[in-house]
Amino acid sequence: MAQSSPCANCPSRGTCGMVQDSCANCPNRSSCAMSQANAGCPGLNSENRGRASACEGCPNRAFCMSNKIVVDPDLEVIKKKMENIKHKVLILSGKGGVGKSTLSSQLAYTISKNEDIQIGLCDIDITGPSQPIIMGAENEPVHQSNTGITPVYVQDNLAVMSIGFLLENQDDSVIWRGPKKNGLIKHFLKDVEWGDLDLLLFDTPPGTSDEHLSIVQYLKGCNIDGAILISTPQEISIQDVRKEINFCKKVNMPILGIVENMSGFVCPSCKGESIIFPATNGGVKALCEEINVPFLGAIPLDPRIVNSCDAGEPFVDSYPDSPASDRYTEISNKIVEMLELEDN
Amino acid sequence: MAETTFKSLENVKNIVMVLSGKGGVGKSSVSVQVALTLVQKGFKVGLLDIDLCGPSIPRMLGIQDKQIHQSSNGWVPVYVGNEKNFAVMSVGFLLENQDDAVVWRGPKKSAMIKQFLEDVCWGELDYLVIDTPPGTSDEHISIVEYLSSFKPMAVLVTTPQNVAISDVKKELNFCRKVGVSISGIIENMSGYICPHCSDCTPIFSSGGGEKLAKEYNVKFLGKVPIDPKFIESMEKTDTFVETYKDLALASTFSQIVDSVLES
Repeated sequence: MAQSSPCANCPSRGTCGMVQDSCANCPNRSSCAMSQANAGCPGLNSENRGRASACEGCPNRAFCMSNKIVVDPDLEVIKKKMENIKHKVLILSGKGGVGKSTLSSQLAYTISKNEDIQIGLCDIDITGPSQPIIMGAENEPVHQSNTGITPVYVQDNLAVMSIGFLLENQDDSVIWRGPKKNGLIKHFLKDVEWGDLDLLLFDTPPGTSDEHLSIVQYLKGCNIDGAILISTPQEISIQDVRKEINFCKKVNMPILGIVENMSGFVCPSCKGESIIFPATNGGVKALCEEINVPFLGAIPLDPRIVNSCDAGEPFVDSYPDSPASDRYTEISNKIVEMLELEDN
Repeated sequence: MAETTFKSLENVKNIVMVLSGKGGVGKSSVSVQVALTLVQKGFKVGLLDIDLCGPSIPRMLGIQDKQIHQSSNGWVPVYVGNEKNFAVMSVGFLLENQDDAVVWRGPKKSAMIKQFLEDVCWGELDYLVIDTPPGTSDEHISIVEYLSSFKPMAVLVTTPQNVAISDVKKELNFCRKVGVSISGIIENMSGYICPHCSDCTPIFSSGGGEKLAKEYNVKFLGKVPIDPKFIESMEKTDTFVETYKDLALASTFSQIVDSVLES
């Protein structure tokens, strides 16, 4: 099949690497999938498309330079929607299981103690959503109406959205490749009725792939405030966080600060302190100094955190005496201050 | 769909995939330990890391500075030790700078995985252990699709708490949907022994993995406690491989691997 322009009907024109079903017969399919373009590709919605240094030699360049490109109309819808949301923050980490979801949930709980602040928490971990359990909303149905989806309100001023609410059976696996995951993220941004929010937190999956690229791409022009990164102290985890930092640089996302989690352990029997994950090279604090971003705090391991999360209770309320609760509160206060949430 | 065959995998006898829906539960450290244990049991082992955005294997084995060489038969994997009985491949070896982010969408990740299967000259292997990223998405769908004719088996890793178990259930359902047989479940980070009073604290709760195995009627391969000595020796990369056999976890894994081999 001869095509006038290789990607005329391509859903991912020029953004590359996003090979979809409609590309099945495209002669450029494999080069698109293997192209290095998305390392430096400014993206179709950029004014710089076709003109960036990465565009030199890209097979899609001529197409990007042409005026045949129609800007994704959904982006306008998202922009409109996001106008009612004052601040948007992503919780990121290159490594899995370091506490992204726990941090997101405890930040949401702590900040929402101020009843004048309206908070939303959007879980874009599509294949492993944790927020329904942690927020104690596991079997809550979401209501879909012709205006959109109503998120689950766990408190008057705290709304949550997750794919977990849309599954018929909680144990169902979501076996989706990138484009389908991206579609759902777009759906969350376009169609969830958040109302007026002061802050929308995005809990993300580990890595630097589809979900991360898409959320940044879809929220372009919506003023993302930045990302909070989280890591455990050991080098093997910090190494993945360095990758995430480079990702943030690549997509021009400011880093609001980094949190160190699972930092030290106090034995409930003898109160003796020990280090489970050693900070071989100075941990997160040293990393923050190295790249000059705020160190937001170190949260110790407290076995009760796990119990609270499994029970879907706010840890900061259940165990206010824990040193970990103090740290969560301190970190929340820093975020509130940074984003000037109380002055609104 | 036509079954894919890979010439480079012709002499690979068994393939074991280490999977988990949840991140940070210890897939990579389990993969490394399973591979090391198999080597100690006298097998020829390959370890393939398909976590492209967060490859941990090279650093864990202290070979992060090694490079992949191109030969006429394809990519030569990195060998650990001098005996040529433990070969490793990871995207980490292909990066110019260890901190470089691999910002790739699904199709590119799948293409890389295919290349790992097609172009690495593994030679003769008794076991190829595959370490995976968390989730049930591109990497997982692709590897299962590519390896469908090899009938790989899966070892699932979880930590004991509900939040992790709920994700691992998704992975179990994934395996059943795509027809991968599960050789069993390992409960990792199951308790921490305080170095001061020797009291065992279930930091991430306890018993979840065993319960899950019963519920889904799959074999429970064993509990692995958090061992700070293991983490410490792994962080001290250069001596890790030699010191591993003296750690308490080595005997735990010896039993787990025996249990996997039975199935």
